Amino acid sequence: MTILNDPVSAKLGNRQQLSYIASQAADARLNVELETEGMTLNIGPQHPATHGTLRIIARLDGEQVVWAEPSCGYMHRGYEKLTEVRTFPQVTSLINRIDWLGSFANEVPFILAAEKLMNVEAPPRAQWIRTILFELSRIANVSLFLGDLGVQLGAITPVFLAFRDREYVLNLIESATGGRFHPNFDRIGGLKDDLPAGWIDETKVVMKKLRNFCDEIETLLFGNEIFQSRTRGIGVIPRDVALQYGLSGANLRASGVDWDLRRDQTIPLAYDKVDFKVWTHPDGDSFARCWVRLQETREATKIVDQLLDGIPSGPVMAKVPKIIKVPEGEAWVSTENPLGEMGYYVVSRGDLGPFRVKIRSASFNNISITPWLLRGVYVPDIITILASLYFILGDIDR
Amino acid sequence: MAQVPGFIKGLGITFGTMMRTFKNGANTVQYPHEKEAPPVRARGVIALHQDNCTSCMLCSRSCPDWCIYIEAHKELAPPRREGGKPRQVNLLDRFDIDYALCMYCGICVEVCPFDALFWSPEYEYSEPNITDMLHDKTKLSEWMETVPEAPALEVGADKKKK
Amino acid sequence: MNTLFAAVIPYWGQSLLRVLGGLVAVLLPAGTIVYLFLFKMMSFMQSRLGPMEAGPYGSLQLVAEVGKWLQKEDIQPTNADKPVFKMAPIIVLMSTFLLVVVVPFGPDAWFTDLETGIFYALAVSSISVLGILMAGWSSANKYSLLGGLRAAGQLIAYELPMVLAVMGVVIQAGTMNLQQIVVAQNAGSMFGIDTFGNPYVITQFVGFIVFMIAIQAELTQAPFDMPIAESELVSGYMTEYSGFRFLIFFIGEFATAGVFAMIASTLFLGGWGVPFSWFGWTSMDSVANWMNVVGPLVVFTKMMVLTFLIMWVRFTYPRFREDQLQRFAWKVLIPVSLANIMLTAVLKVVF
Repeated sequence: MTILNDPVSAKLGNRQQLSYIASQAADARLNVELETEGMTLNIGPQHPATHGTLRIIARLDGEQVVWAEPSCGYMHRGYEKLTEVRTFPQVTSLINRIDWLGSFANEVPFILAAEKLMNVEAPPRAQWIRTILFELSRIANVSLFLGDLGVQLGAITPVFLAFRDREYVLNLIESATGGRFHPNFDRIGGLKDDLPAGWIDETKVVMKKLRNFCDEIETLLFGNEIFQSRTRGIGVIPRDVALQYGLSGANLRASGVDWDLRRDQTIPLAYDKVDFKVWTHPDGDSFARCWVRLQETREATKIVDQLLDGIPSGPVMAKVPKIIKVPEGEAWVSTENPLGEMGYYVVSRGDLGPFRVKIRSASFNNISITPWLLRGVYVPDIITILASLYFILGDIDR
Repeated sequence: MAQVPGFIKGLGITFGTMMRTFKNGANTVQYPHEKEAPPVRARGVIALHQDNCTSCMLCSRSCPDWCIYIEAHKELAPPRREGGKPRQVNLLDRFDIDYALCMYCGICVEVCPFDALFWSPEYEYSEPNITDMLHDKTKLSEWMETVPEAPALEVGADKKKK
Repeated sequence: MNTLFAAVIPYWGQSLLRVLGGLVAVLLPAGTIVYLFLFKMMSFMQSRLGPMEAGPYGSLQLVAEVGKWLQKEDIQPTNADKPVFKMAPIIVLMSTFLLVVVVPFGPDAWFTDLETGIFYALAVSSISVLGILMAGWSSANKYSLLGGLRAAGQLIAYELPMVLAVMGVVIQAGTMNLQQIVVAQNAGSMFGIDTFGNPYVITQFVGFIVFMIAIQAELTQAPFDMPIAESELVSGYMTEYSGFRFLIFFIGEFATAGVFAMIASTLFLGGWGVPFSWFGWTSMDSVANWMNVVGPLVVFTKMMVLTFLIMWVRFTYPRFREDQLQRFAWKVLIPVSLANIMLTAVLKVVF
């Protein structure tokens, strides 16, 4: 009965409440029965499940976590400070290394913030191409998540299928921008260059392949009963808690919050020209988070298809001076990146470079919920939860 | 109709992929034996067209991690026209790019006002010794042969822009 | 019996031959499984080619890998319980060798012909638990310990459905001697038709499925690979092992897969025999002598088919959680196999 009076579960929706109660009850039962001496388990900094150097200190009781704390900073590269000694054009080449799987998406909010300060707007063609590349980097990022999910849960095949099909997207990004991983294609006032001939047709073919990949993953992984039993009801984030911890992106939408910056704010990108659905899931468990990401990948391929059909003609670069000096002021722009909300608060003092840049990266906020979420779960569920929260180390540590 | 359980359909996916690999071959490339052609725009290595370089240092200054080293001296060249004043030209003594530091961002190529730097999609220049990653101006000039033509642009692109 | 060798070869020669035969029977399938399934089939299922450089189509890759492992430094953790640490992989491999002893490869080609062959096989197969638990405990590593404990819990839980699944076969054949089980399958008739003999995979289908699931768990292959669980426990009980000791674990894993598949093929697919009615044989004594040569090949083929199933499942499924696995064993597999035993016993009495 104590669980029913739990302040968190009292405010939940029906499905969330059920899965939350089920998971908490199982843990509570076990805690009473097996009271053993604790053991501290260091997951990381070198551990296969932390894809990089995240360290999670977990105090275990048997295989159950009593207390957990993420310890980050092992890969801190100091981007906020580095940007202060770079000029504005140089910054984009650095910051696309923050979330290295969806690099182009990192450049966009910074460039938009700088454009906001300079009061220029990219020509429509540049905005459309920006949006296309933004969605392509989302596909490249999230499709790898879908494969990596399998590895974290013990299935080896999905990750190779993911690498196979992500390769097509990376080839597209490379043939358009020249950089496979780090495009550095965005400029203040537009884009570096126009698309090469034949790119649109090629992209359409690839989008079909990606939808096929989503179907394959759905059958291979999401339809598998073992996968469902591993993820359903595990790591339930109720709606209120998700909002309190400042989650964003698919993690928030999986808890039933219908919030997507692509739709909910007006920024000079072409999202208002396309018709797309923001997927949400009422459960808030690991399965919901993975499922929302799968649907988002599908939705992204449809967005790209729609955008490709209507690219306006014209220049890709607005009139900006050769040597860019951003006028004094402060601007905040955030976009819905593959991992969640990513924003830049740019302070300019009228110099060649920014005076101060504050980077809000999605993963850092997303993993801040882990001490709350990991309490009472089993060691295998730590991995499930971390995998479904989906962080990228560069995005946490910056 | 009873639904096929998900774990049986999953077996079908792996078996299907196996059969497809048997029939159509793998998606991977056996690297040293066969090579994929990188796209024309691929940023592989920077080539230097020495005659165009005026050693204005713009590339060196705009490089985010300062990996371009330029040294030059001034010399008087014979005048272009008969009886004119002798011209002053900058002669390049040293133009090094340290590829161990380079981030392949392409800013140097972009800022070059005299079209002296180009991207080439060549990528096979790894070295066992890190100091050999410093390419000097002769080596950078050799890459000029591999620089491709810029690709045609997609429909609707602004043709006027050079 | 064993008339082939007994007349001409002295006892020490026979022993030597048996040791060599045992090595071949364990290592040859292990090598084939690693190359054919682990290297090639897995790669093809992931639309890549796998190793291609060592030998034609990478066929000598395993040799290269063994060479690599032999060169590696043999690291022992400072706090490890050294004698136990060193002994553990050998015990794991030993249980494989003890298992292969009872597998019959032909009318006269066997290592030992125990009256209670299958009983012995089930008994020695659990020795590997001991080795794994020793490895997990002695490594002085928390991940190893968790892996070892998981392995112990899992292997013991799945021993039971395996035994119960075999029980159906034993009831139907009326013997625990593996040789007799093979004869009973190949000489028998099914529903009055004796063209195909009576492979128990059909009459004991439930038992076959339960047995295959149980050996999947015994072998700690996905979806039951939590003891190793590379994304959670790094490598479970093998985390601290390197070089040759790791190689022993690695070979042991696949050799055991081969031997278990051999036992399964003996129990359910008719072992070394082909249906006796094809050649007009009626009993064990009338089987032609060339079966001693063909028999091993038949076993090998059937083993490969079963290993293919094991590996196919391994490359497709994600892994269970420890509690789900236990629940699956105790709440699904054991009741099902008990029902199977009951049904078999009733039918045995009726017919």
